[in-house]
Amino acid sequence: MLIITALSVVVTRSLFAIVTLSGVFSLLSALLFIRMDAVDVAFTEAAVGAGISTVLMLGTLALTSRSERGDKKTQVAPLFLVILTGALLIYGTVDMPHFGAPDTPAQTHVGPDYLERIPKEIDVPNAVTAILASYRGYDTLGETAVVFTAGIGVLMLMSGLARRRREDEDDKEGPS
Amino acid sequence: MVEFFTSDFVLGRLNYWFFIFLMMTGLYIVIARSNLVKKIVGLNIFQTSVFMLYISIGKVSGGTAPIFPIDMNIDPNVVYSNPLPHVLILTAIVVGIATTSLGLALMVRIRESYHTIEEHEIAEQEQEIMRKELGLAKEGEV
Repeated sequence: MLIITALSVVVTRSLFAIVTLSGVFSLLSALLFIRMDAVDVAFTEAAVGAGISTVLMLGTLALTSRSERGDKKTQVAPLFLVILTGALLIYGTVDMPHFGAPDTPAQTHVGPDYLERIPKEIDVPNAVTAILASYRGYDTLGETAVVFTAGIGVLMLMSGLARRRREDEDDKEGPS
Repeated sequence: MVEFFTSDFVLGRLNYWFFIFLMMTGLYIVIARSNLVKKIVGLNIFQTSVFMLYISIGKVSGGTAPIFPIDMNIDPNVVYSNPLPHVLILTAIVVGIATTSLGLALMVRIRESYHTIEEHEIAEQEQEIMRKELGLAKEGEV
């Protein structure tokens, strides 16, 4: 399903359909996250990926244009590059551990250590919350800083949009 | 070499290959398509597939979500999946929406200046401007 959605984004021309498909992609991936025991991530992905980003993209479409122009033909050079990169990545997975194996480096190092310490030290039932807010609190602080910076950037780019539009229209009407 | 082609080997890594295929689809959209909205959607697809890759690394077969019982009486026989990738990806999702929104704002601004959101049309306009400037410079010298 995810693959079909992703491939239809490649061939679709209407930007409105593309934005909707991206929302569908996010929801499907949220389902997959639940299957892989990551309920918190699924939550966030459904809210942020399928909700907020779709709304933002629709807002952008309202301010810009509706459909895609330009060449539709498959270009050879990017396709080649992408296949090459994919082949290299797949070659890399040969050394990766088996899916779901309990004895991989990821499962035997800090993860179980957290799971052991959280009931004693933090006493919060949700392990993800405990790590996010306590052990990895600095990461969350950094994340807040990133979001703040992005917010300032968006404000600076968008400020005066309506004013400039009005001036443009005045210019057009002025000489005639 | 024989161990590479057993069904167990392939099944255990099928998830990685699936995510890599999705990643490459996203990358192809970013590189090959000239519409800026489409590029951002491609970037999102790429991003989400990387998230899926990370979450799949944290999965333990037979495990459950890393949420303890409310009375904190933990059954030692219950296996929990690794919560650390979940935390990292939560942070990454929020940072991802920040970059997406910044990209979309840039796009609105580009549309205002160039009246298009197609990359090749922007490049044409840039070349036009450059040619005009060069032409003016030559006239100035003469």
